[in-house]
Amino acid sequence: MSGPRVTALTKAMPQLLTLVLILFLNYLAFPGFFDIRLQDGRLFGSLIDVLNRGAPVIILAVGMTAVIASRGVDLSVGAVMAVSGAIAATMTVAGYPLPIVILATLGVGLLCGLWNGILVAYFDLQPIVATLILMVAGRGIAQLITEGSIVTFNEPGLIFFGTGSFAGVPMPILIALLLLIVAIAVVRRTALGLLIESIGINRSASNYAGLNSKLLLLVIYAFCGFCAALAGIIIAADIRGADANNAGLWLELDAILAVVVGGTSLFGGRFSILMSALGAVIIQAMNTGILLSGFPPEYNLILKALVIIVILLAQSFSSAGGWAFVKAEFGTKGRKSQ
Amino acid sequence: MAFTKRILLATTVAIAFAGYANAADLTVGFSQIGSESGWRAAETSVSKIEAEKRGINLKIADAQQKQENQIKAIRGFVAQGVDAIFIAPVVATGWDTVLTEAKEAKIPVILLDRTIETASDDLYLTAVTSDTVHEGKVAGEWLVKTVAGKDCKVVELQGTVGSSPAINRKKGFEEGIASASNIKITRSQTGDFTRSKGKEVMEGFLKAENGGKDICALYAHNDDMAVGAIQAIKEAGLKPGKDILVVSIDAVPDIFKAMSEGEANATVELTPNMAGPAFDALKAFKDDGKAPPKWIQTESKLYTQADDPKKVYEEKKGLGY
Repeated sequence: MSGPRVTALTKAMPQLLTLVLILFLNYLAFPGFFDIRLQDGRLFGSLIDVLNRGAPVIILAVGMTAVIASRGVDLSVGAVMAVSGAIAATMTVAGYPLPIVILATLGVGLLCGLWNGILVAYFDLQPIVATLILMVAGRGIAQLITEGSIVTFNEPGLIFFGTGSFAGVPMPILIALLLLIVAIAVVRRTALGLLIESIGINRSASNYAGLNSKLLLLVIYAFCGFCAALAGIIIAADIRGADANNAGLWLELDAILAVVVGGTSLFGGRFSILMSALGAVIIQAMNTGILLSGFPPEYNLILKALVIIVILLAQSFSSAGGWAFVKAEFGTKGRKSQ
Repeated sequence: MAFTKRILLATTVAIAFAGYANAADLTVGFSQIGSESGWRAAETSVSKIEAEKRGINLKIADAQQKQENQIKAIRGFVAQGVDAIFIAPVVATGWDTVLTEAKEAKIPVILLDRTIETASDDLYLTAVTSDTVHEGKVAGEWLVKTVAGKDCKVVELQGTVGSSPAINRKKGFEEGIASASNIKITRSQTGDFTRSKGKEVMEGFLKAENGGKDICALYAHNDDMAVGAIQAIKEAGLKPGKDILVVSIDAVPDIFKAMSEGEANATVELTPNMAGPAFDALKAFKDDGKAPPKWIQTESKLYTQADDPKKVYEEKKGLGY
């Protein structure tokens, strides 16, 4: 047990084991689960579905990880998705060219994030309350933009973000992957990650150490809004329409769950963006598995809750040094089960 | 001088308005739920059109999905002394007090689209609603007729678990296909009445049923889920409407677009015209005191590709769906 890489892997063990277990259960429920083929130049299979459907939550989880690491939470991401989807759709219908639509949409996401950031950093509102405002108001704003109906569009460029593919890989997966790489590089190749962790652990101590925590919080929330807008574009492009009532509904909870399943504490501090993405994949693997299993829909939420309890218990057991305990107790008495 | 002029003008305007109010022989207050869905918006605009046709003065109060706002609106209508009150109730219970007030003021109340639970049926004149079980049945019977005895595996996209339209449309469809042993529902999952969930769940169905080759028909509890599922079918390399028959309920404009492109086969209309039959019942009641039946069922009309979907799409597009 030496070297940072090995420790990271050991730490990721509960999540990795859970993912393998869920994938295996999916395979039992549906033997064709791992089959992948090309369909119209696009990879096609259940495993691709998991990543493709999980992409919006992965993207949300990237932004949410930074927010949670700063000891905050952003409840508004689902509503921001609805707002950005509504803007992308209505602007497209109004005939604006694609680059402007994308820039405007991402810009609005940034603005929404800035709004949250100002409330949290400069007005010292509690993050859960500050972002609750936009969570409620955002959906109303989205409904105002779409005038209560589903705005559909047929612009191939925008649709490409949801259902297009590059080298066989669906666009949502590529976008999520790109965002992951950039985000991880930025927080880990610079001191940014450390600074985020430091204000999450103790904001006033960080202030005394000379850190401009207000500005940093502002940037973090703005980034989270940006991620939400990106996810909103993908969701709208996927169904070729902006559904203000339902786009991103409850996804803020999935994003928070993904971060928690990934092992980042809600009390801020140490975080891992990659693990949050893994958390998002676990959640989606479970969702896809339930759809394939053929269980009546009444069981969906119960099954989901059961699996999540098991994951969190395993995590808590592992972080409390449970495996070391098992090893110390039973290690000498020959082979241990598991 | 200028002052008298202004007074004169004001009087003329007031008289003009009074004259306008008299021209409409009935004033009806309508407490609408709010703008929860496209269908709701269409119901509001159709109500306005139907009122205009009959020369009725319709006052609409938007309750923004809150019962307390509806109760306030109804009290307001009672105070204004309207000739009748229409309510699209947001919830089923808690109406007794305010409806008693309306009854004491001798203002008839008609429920639109949804019913309520009351201590006594006398509190409202009638309820105009669709029969959601019947809607499912119409869809099922269409499928029985269309596949004509061939074996057919159906996948079903249910509405939100536990919601009454989801329960009833499932029940109705099962009744509709009960006589045909060749038709079987092999998979049934909830798509929460939304496009994106409809698409996601359909992707799962397609994988689980041999890439979709084993599926003969899709039954969706609403058109939005069907529209999402149609995209999933296309992305799986199959032809919706041909390889997989698509039947759904609601008749929103976008499904007519899909039908005109041959990608959907049939839809059962949940008519947004609840006010029309209500106005007729009200008129009959006012004119010769004939009380309508307690329940007026709206028509659940079946539309197929043969019904000129393109034209219907154009007609429906402007209604605010």
